[in-house]
This record gives sequence, structure tokens and C-alpha cells, in this order.
Amino acid sequence: MPETNILTTIGLEHYLVLSAVLFSMGMAGVLLRRNLIVLLMSIELMLNAVNISFVAFSKFNNNIEGQIMVFFVMTIAAAEAAVGLALAVSIFKRFKEVNIRFFEHLKG
Amino acid sequence: MSHQALIAILLLSPFVGFLLNGLRYRSQNYVLAGSIATGAVFVSFICSVMLMMDLIAAPADQRRLTANFFEWIAVGGFKVNAGFVVDQISSIMILIITGVGSLIHLFSIGYMHHDKGVTKYFAYLNLFVFNMLILVLGDSLLTMFVGWEGVGLCSYLLIGFWFSDAAKAAAGMKAFITNRVGDAAFIIGMFILFFSFGTLNMYELNALAPTTVEASWLGAATLGTLMLFIGATGKSAQVPLYVWLPDAMAGPTPVSALIHAATMVTAGVYMIVRLNPMFVAAPNTMMIVAIVGAITAVMAATIGLTQYDIKKILAYSTVSQLGYMFLAVGVGAFGAGMMHLMTHAFFKALMFLGSGSVIHAMEGEQDTRLMGGLKKYLPITHFTFLMGWLAIIGFPLFSGFFSKDEILWQSFASPRGSVFLWVAGAIGATLTAFYMTRLMALTFWGKSRVPKEVHPHESPVIMTIPLIVLAILSVVGGFIGVPHLIGEYLGHIPNYWAEWLAPVIKTLPEAAAPHTATQEWALMTTSVTLALISAFVAYRIYTSGKGTNEAIAKAFGPVYNVVNNKYFVDEAYFGGIINPLVKQSQNLWMYIDVNFIDKTTHVISDMTKGAGSLARSFQTGNMQQYAMYIGLGVVVVLTFVLMR
Amino acid sequence: MLLSVVLFLPLVFAAILALWPQKSTIRHLALGFSLIEFLASLAILRNFDANSAALQMVEQYAWVPRFGISYFIGIDGISLMLIMLTTFLTPIIILGSWTSIADRVKGFHVALFVLQTAMMGSFLAMDAVLFYVFWELSLVPMYFIVGIWGGARRIYATIKFFIYTMAGSVLMLLAIIFLMRLTPEVTGGSISASLLDFYKLQIPFVAGEFFTAQTLLFFAFALAFAIKVPLFPLHTWLPDAHVEAPTPGSVVLAGVMLKMGTFCYLRWVIPLFPEAAEHFAWFFVALGVIGIVYGALVAMVQPDVKKLVAYSSVSHMGYVILGIFVMNQYGVNGALYQMLNHGISTGALFLLIGMIYERTHSRMIAKYGGLASALPVFTIMFIIVTMSSIAVPLTNGFIGEFLILMGSFQYSPMAAGISVLGVILGAAYMLWMVKRVFFGPKGEIVTHAEEDKEHALHDLSVREWVVMTPLIILIFWMGIFPNHFMDYSKKSVDHLISNKHNYTLEVK
Repeated sequence: MPETNILTTIGLEHYLVLSAVLFSMGMAGVLLRRNLIVLLMSIELMLNAVNISFVAFSKFNNNIEGQIMVFFVMTIAAAEAAVGLALAVSIFKRFKEVNIRFFEHLKG
Repeated sequence: MSHQALIAILLLSPFVGFLLNGLRYRSQNYVLAGSIATGAVFVSFICSVMLMMDLIAAPADQRRLTANFFEWIAVGGFKVNAGFVVDQISSIMILIITGVGSLIHLFSIGYMHHDKGVTKYFAYLNLFVFNMLILVLGDSLLTMFVGWEGVGLCSYLLIGFWFSDAAKAAAGMKAFITNRVGDAAFIIGMFILFFSFGTLNMYELNALAPTTVEASWLGAATLGTLMLFIGATGKSAQVPLYVWLPDAMAGPTPVSALIHAATMVTAGVYMIVRLNPMFVAAPNTMMIVAIVGAITAVMAATIGLTQYDIKKILAYSTVSQLGYMFLAVGVGAFGAGMMHLMTHAFFKALMFLGSGSVIHAMEGEQDTRLMGGLKKYLPITHFTFLMGWLAIIGFPLFSGFFSKDEILWQSFASPRGSVFLWVAGAIGATLTAFYMTRLMALTFWGKSRVPKEVHPHESPVIMTIPLIVLAILSVVGGFIGVPHLIGEYLGHIPNYWAEWLAPVIKTLPEAAAPHTATQEWALMTTSVTLALISAFVAYRIYTSGKGTNEAIAKAFGPVYNVVNNKYFVDEAYFGGIINPLVKQSQNLWMYIDVNFIDKTTHVISDMTKGAGSLARSFQTGNMQQYAMYIGLGVVVVLTFVLMR
Repeated sequence: MLLSVVLFLPLVFAAILALWPQKSTIRHLALGFSLIEFLASLAILRNFDANSAALQMVEQYAWVPRFGISYFIGIDGISLMLIMLTTFLTPIIILGSWTSIADRVKGFHVALFVLQTAMMGSFLAMDAVLFYVFWELSLVPMYFIVGIWGGARRIYATIKFFIYTMAGSVLMLLAIIFLMRLTPEVTGGSISASLLDFYKLQIPFVAGEFFTAQTLLFFAFALAFAIKVPLFPLHTWLPDAHVEAPTPGSVVLAGVMLKMGTFCYLRWVIPLFPEAAEHFAWFFVALGVIGIVYGALVAMVQPDVKKLVAYSSVSHMGYVILGIFVMNQYGVNGALYQMLNHGISTGALFLLIGMIYERTHSRMIAKYGGLASALPVFTIMFIIVTMSSIAVPLTNGFIGEFLILMGSFQYSPMAAGISVLGVILGAAYMLWMVKRVFFGPKGEIVTHAEEDKEHALHDLSVREWVVMTPLIILIFWMGIFPNHFMDYSKKSVDHLISNKHNYTLEVK
């Protein structure tokens, strides 16, 4: 009986499934939750789900470009988190809560 | 002077007068305004006389002077010139229009001198003469139509001359619109003739007129002439469109004399005479013309019996006399119709002016019940009126006698006449004698019923001169056309009138049944006797003071009521046509425009708006919802892509 | 070159006016400009060859070559008179609005000049897309003229006007694109928007079937133009727009804009879809006749003078449609003449109503009465224009109406028989209105004005005389010497009538 290496038996599909599951969770959070912090976290989750598929494709296709893209995504995610949190803080300061419905007050 | 120049001056002189007075319409200088206007028409009269002399000098078959000024309309095969023609028929008309017209203008100077709008009045009057001249001189139906509508316009302006009185303004409007009904038919008549014969020029039409009479009702000549005749019933106040003429008495009295007695209202008769070959070819139309004429003659005369307004009596008398003219042309006695047109112009203008003189004397009062015995205050007016009265009742050897007698005889003897038409004519003549005598008796004779505060006085010379001239014409005017029968007894006076018109009058194709001189004498004696008896009766009733309103009303009961209310024709028109029309128009507007078309558009716009608000409900502004749409969209697209 | 100059001069004027710094001289400047424009259009008249049916003074430059769209303008006898009408009316409108337009004077005149270019453009354009651009462009300034300087319900009226017209022209745009896609058949492969290429198209037509190319295209165009005319039952925007529009707006609307619709029947519908036009002529004749009678009847019961005149427009434009669709010489010549007449007489009526409105601030007939004694000259002018409107001979109205009726009699005596009722009803509603406004005892307004010395009614001012005189002169000139005007268009109309099945215009 050949030794089964867990690392070798895990194929691309597994990564993609994981990525899809994480992405769906993130998307559900974005669509359904009202708390800004949770929203930001959900977005983060979706981005990271994408990152997983990038890395997985990179690995299985022997192509480094996917991993480079991940760095871009992480940078963007950091920037996005910074801006998003700043908004969250200012919303919190104003309304003592971070529900996104308060963003409606931003319109003229 | 060339004919063209003469015709141009003839036409333009009143127009220049109109412009001169029209531009200084504010002026109240009645002498200047009146002189300009009268002078302008008198210049035309001189031109008419000169043209007439030229015509007489010309050989009988070349009596036609034409003037073509410019091409008016030319579209495709349709060409109409501003062409005018003086021939045997129109020369008579221009003499009447300018001759009687000058006298009436002169009279107006006296009659209108106190009126503030006197200059405007004379301007309108000159404009009328201009249009009337276009009407009679135009060589095509369309040029005639220009004058035809033009005189209607002037009539409108002059009837409503004292416009601040709502009733008078309404009378003007009524005249114009009633005329328009006729004019619409006239237009259709022109189309029928044009598309059947290819021209509107009256000489060409006459030349092209079918030589065999049309038996069918639907022939071009029959339909065309019938439509033209409907036009004539409007302009010449015949049944059923006569209703405007009595109301038209709202205008100044000289206007009634000029427009609503002597000239404009005879335009229909003139038109038929002008187109006589075409009418001869359409016996059915002629029959209608004669019947309408006879009905009008009797019906208007009966209404005249009951009126008390001096001008209204004369107005119904005019309608009735016009009926005679149509009766004449309807039986093919075109010469007699024209003759009566002329004599009627003399004596009716005379009587209208006379009534003007009376009204002037009575300080505006028109009700004959407040007159009586005016003979001694107004001797000249009374005497001239007397001449007119004798003429209209057909007293032998007065002008009306010759023309009316000829009409009656022809209505019996003509191949297209009948004994019924003669009877109607004779009844009309009897009634005419009655109501005219009644008018004389109520106004001039008997006891005075004049209110104390009114002091009647004879009119100034400027008003009596026209009366005298017209009285002379009324007396002797008939001798120009003495019927053959009488002429022989009076020393062989030839019938100049018939000779003059003979080249332009088409004789009826049917052979006349043989009639004897005895028959003619008998009929003449009968009608004259009837007229004289009825005049005598009227004289007895109304000078004795028995002819009060109540007595007669009681004697005739409901008949009197119907006649007194003019057979309720006006009421029928208003109740049956005009008011329902206005009401239905209101409904059209409310139900079709506002409630149907606009509502429909509003429904469509509401549907659009509804669709918009449906789409709008997706645009909540909620970011998460948008993201959800994006997500769903991605899912849909992916499914679509992957499932293929 | 001349044609382009005349066409775009108003646009240049509009630009100058927009940048003009001095507020007080805007009106004088605009009046001067409009007169210059009129003189320029007289130069067209001088250079126009009336003995030719060809398209003259043609200018063509590529615009969007890929789709065969070009700047292509030219003039023939049919459009010439309408160009003259446009340039003639503009100075009168400017002078007529001298006191009635009080605020945003600059904007008003800019809009007016833009409108002038747009209207002339749609008369001159020989390229479908160019035409469409001008056609739509004309809506915009009109929208603002009604919407800014109008009466109380101006917004409702202007939106109604805009959307009605727009709705029709959308279909037309579709039809234009469809026609452009057909053009390779006749141009040898390349697409073209030139009207001359459109004329060459033989669009299949099957009588009795509605869903054939020509019938559908015909109705797409006809609908767009019918709304503009406006033809019964698409007319309800007109009374609203007229009542709410300021006087100059009404004059432009009645004077020129309505003619864009009828003109386009002659320029587009009949030559492009001759079979369909002939086949469905009865339908448009019927609508025209209904419009004549219906417009007249409804006009009769209007309480508002301006609305009365608006409905009389419906009636008069019914005559024009009737004349066009009987498609014979009398009808079409008469219709073309009637377009000018209506421009002049209805324009004059609106100007007169504007003058009286400025004095009394009321248009309700019931409040008037006895005006003739207060304003004699005004009354005379009004009656002259009324006579023109009800087509009394020797005024312009008669020639047009008579020829149209004559043409319709040739087409069908019944059509003439019914539409001749318009002659009677026309007299009825106009004279009834004249009677109630000018005659009779003094009404509320006149008595008020007599008591109130400060607001006494004063008769026509010198400016108003200057406004009215050219119109009155034209009313008689056109009535007495119609050949002076018709001679320019007869050749083109004859050409259209006799060659409508293979219509083409020679280019000169």
C-alpha cells in the first residue's frame, strides 16, 4: 500500500473549493451584515479567498505571477482596511455605532 | 377715354373715397366726409353713363366692353383674371348702383350729420359701392364672388355700425354668418361648374351651357346652378335664409336703402340673369327658383302685415319683392326680373329714404303706432312716399305696375310658369297693396298719435332732393320697358328694355303655349283690381283707427300669433340648429378633447411613470442591495456561461 | 455659400448676444440682427430661379463619411417661401415682444435666434440626419421659451409639447436609420443619409397589408409630422402650449413651427412613400376634414381668446393637410399658400391678443365687450386680420382656402362638401368672438379702465403700428397678387405632383 502523503493528495480542486467557501462566506457577510467592522472583515475574507486561489493556481501551474498578484492584493487590502476603519471611526464618533445605514447621511 | 380707363376709374373712385375717409376716420366734419364720398360715387356714375353711351353707340352684337387688369389666380388649368366687363346687363346694374348710390350718399349727409362716426360711415359706404361694382362687373364667377363676399363684409360693418348696442352688433353678425351659409354653397357651385365646364368665366360658361335641357337632377348644370342659387338665397334673402334681412334694419336707414333694398340684395337675381343660359339648361333649378321666389313673396308679405316698425315693414316688403324677382327669373322671364330689380331699386330706395326722413323727423322713433298724420308735417316726404306707394302696389302706369305685371303674366304664360305661380304672385300683390297702404295710413294719414315731446319737421333740402329724384324715377321708370300689349295702346311705345337685353338673354327652348291678348288683359285686370280693393280695405281699416293691435289679433287668433312671430323661423333656427350646435361643441371639447384625448395621454404618461417608479424601487441607495444585484448578476451570467 | 450664411447667421447672432455685456441694448441689437437676417434671405429670393424645379444653391460637405452623413442643404420652391416666412416673422416677433418680455431678455433672444436656425435648418436640410438634428434642436429653445417666459401652467404645457413632439420623432429616427440601411441598393454599396438617395429607393409596397416596409415607414414619418402639425386627434398639446406660451412664443409656434410638420409631408412623406401616401390619402383627408370642422366647433365655445385662436389653428392646419393629401395641383398649391397665410394671419392674431393682454391682463372673452369704442385702431386691425383668418376674398386667406377646397372637390366632392362647413363655422367663431370682445355694451375691463385713469387703455403705440403694418400689407398683397408669391413655388409643386412616383430633384 503506497504511502499516502496528505500533501500530495490535496489537489487544486481542494484549494478552489476552500477559496469558494471562504469567498461565499465573505460575500454573505458583505451582503447581509450591517456592522461596518464586520463588513470590512468580510471583505478581507473575500480578498483572502481570492488570494488562496491565486497561490493555488500559481503553485499548480508553475507560474510565479499569481503570487506576485497576491502581494498587490494584500497591499490594496491594507489600504482599504485603513480607509474603511477610518470611516468606521468617524461614523462611530458621530453616531456611537458603526451601522452602515448611517452612511446614508453622507448624501447631500 | 378708353374703356379700360373708364372701368378703372369707375371701380377705383369709390375705393379712393373709402381710403380718404377711412384714413381720417376720426374726423367729424360731415360735410367734407359726405362730399368726398358722394363725389366719389358720382364720378363713378359719370363713368357709368359714359360707358352706357358707348354701349348704346356700339352695334347690338358688340355691346361688350372688357377690361383685363391682371392675372389674379393661375394654378394649373385654373386661371382667373381681374377682368371686368360692361355689357347690357352689368351696365344697367352700374347705373343703378352709382345713380341710386349717389342719391343715397347725398341723403346720408343730412341723415348722419349728428353722428360721431360719420366719416367712418361714409368710408364703409364707399367700400360697399366698390365691392358692389366688383360684383356686377366681374367677368368670372370668382371675381363676382369677391364682390359677393365684399358686400357681405360691408353689410356686416354697416349693420353693426352702432356697435355698442349688442342687438345691432348681433344683427351684423347674423347677416354675415347667414350669408356665409349661402356663400359656402356658392363655392361648391363654382367647383361643380369649373370641373364640368373647365372655366369660371361667365361668358365662356354661358357659351358652354348645354344646349339640350338637363332633365336629370344630378346634371352638372342643374347641381351647379342649384348651389349658386342657394348662394343667392343667402345674399338675396330668400327662404330659408332670409332671416338676416329684417334684423339688418339695425343699420342706419340709408344703408338699408342702399344695401338692403336697392343693390346688394338683388345680387342673386343679377347672378341668375348673368348666367341665364346655364339656368335655362337646368329646368329643375329654375323650377326651384320660381317656387322659392313665390313662397318668399307670399310668406314675407304676410309677415309684413303684422309689423309695426316702419323699417321692418319695408324689410319684409323687400324680401317679398325679391321673391317676385326670383319668381320672374325662375320662369325664364329674365328681362322682367331685371326690370323689377330696377324699378324696385327706385321705389324701395325711395321708401327707405322716406322712412329715414320720417325717423329723422320723429327723432329716432320707428314705431308706426306712435306716428300717424305726419302728412301735414312732412309734405315732401309724404308726397314722394306716395309715389313710391303707388309704384309698389302696381298702380297702373307707375313703374312697379309694368314690371310686376310683366312678372305675373310671365309666371302664368311662360312655358315654365304655371297657374299656381300666378296665383301666388297675385296673392303676394294683394298682400303688398294691403301692408303698404297700412304703412301709409299708420304713418302719414289718419289721426296723429305722435307723443307730445316730439316735434316732427320736414327734412332739409339735402335729404329731400334724393327723395324727389327717386320719386320721379319711380313714376316714370317703368316706361323704359312697357309691355308690348300696353305699349300698343299708348301710342306704340317700343319695349326698349326687352330689345336692349335680347342679345344676352337666352329664350326658353320650350315652345310657349299660345296665349291670347284677352287672357293677358284679364289677368292684369284681376291682379290690379285685387290690389286696389285690398289697398282700399287697408285704407279704411287703418285710417279709421280700428286697426289696433288687439282688434286684429283677436280677429285672427292663433294665425295672427304665428305670423306676428314671423312663423317662428328664427326660434326654429336657434332652437334647432344654433343652440344645439354650440352645446354639442361644448360637449365635443369637454368629452373628446379634455376627457378623452387628454385623459388617454395622461393614462399613457401615468403608465410610463408607473414603469419608472417600478424601476425606481430597485434604486434604494442601499449599497448592500446593489452588491447583491451584482452578485446575483454574476451568478446569472456564470450560470449562463457555464451551462452552455 | 449664401444658404449656409443665412442658415447660421442667427446662430452667430445668438452667440454674440450671449456674450454681449450691455443689457439695455440687447433688444436693439437683436432687432438689427434679425433685420440683417431678413435682408440676407432676400438675397436668396433674388438669386432663386423660379423657373426651375431643381434644388438650388446646394451645398454638400462630408460630415460623418463612414455612414454617408453629410452637411447637405439646398432650397427649392417649396422651402423658399417658408424660409422667407421665418426670416420675415422674426423681426416682427422681436419688436412685438419689446415690452411683454421683461426679464431674462438676453436669454430670450438667444433662444429665439437658435430656434430660427433650427427651423430654417429643418426646411433646408437634404440629409436625413442633419434634418433630424435640426428638427430636434428646434424643440429645445421652444421648450425654454414656453417654460421660462410662459404663463401659470407653463411647465405642464412645455413638457406636454416637448414629449408629444419627441414621441413622434423617435419613430421617425428609427425610420431614418432603416432607410439609411436600405441605401446601399442605390448608391452602389455605401450607406447614405442623403435625401436624394432616399428618393431613389423603391420601397416595397403591398396594398392592403399593413406590415410592409413602406406602410410602416410611411406611418412612422407621418405620425411624427402629424403631431407637429397638429392633426386631429393629436392636437391637444397645441391649445395648452399656445395659451401658456408668451406672445412671441405663440407667434413662432403658429407662424413657423407648425409648418415644419406640413412642409415635411411635401418634402419627405409623399416623395419617399408615394404608394403608401396615395393608398392612405383618404385617411389623412378624413382627419384633415374632421380637424377643420372639429377645430372650428371647439374654437367656438372657448372662453379664452388665445385658446380660441389655438383651436382655429387646428382648423386651419386641417385645411393644409387636406390640401396636401388630395395631391393635386390645386390642393398642394393651396396648402402651401395656406401655410404662409396661417403664419401671417394667426401670427398677427396672437400679436394682437398679446397687445391687449399687456393692457388688460386678461384673455377671458366674457370680461371684454365694447372694446371698439376704447381702442378703435386696434379694433380695425383686429377685424382686418379676422377677415384674413376667415378667408374673405382679397385677403390672403381666401386664395389658400379656395384652392384647397377646389383640390378637395376634385378628389372627392364629399370632402369638399364637409370641409366647406369650415367656411361657415370659421366666420361663426371669429365673428362671435369679435362681437363679444369689441362690440356690445362696455364690459368689465373697459369700465374698469375708464374709471382708473392710471391704467387707461391706450390705442396702438408707434411700435405696435410698426409691428402690424407689414402683416396687414402682406395680408392684402397676398390676397390681391397671389402670383407674386406662388410663382416661386408653382414649378416645384408641379414637379412634385406629376413625378411623385419617381420623384427626384435635380441639383443646381
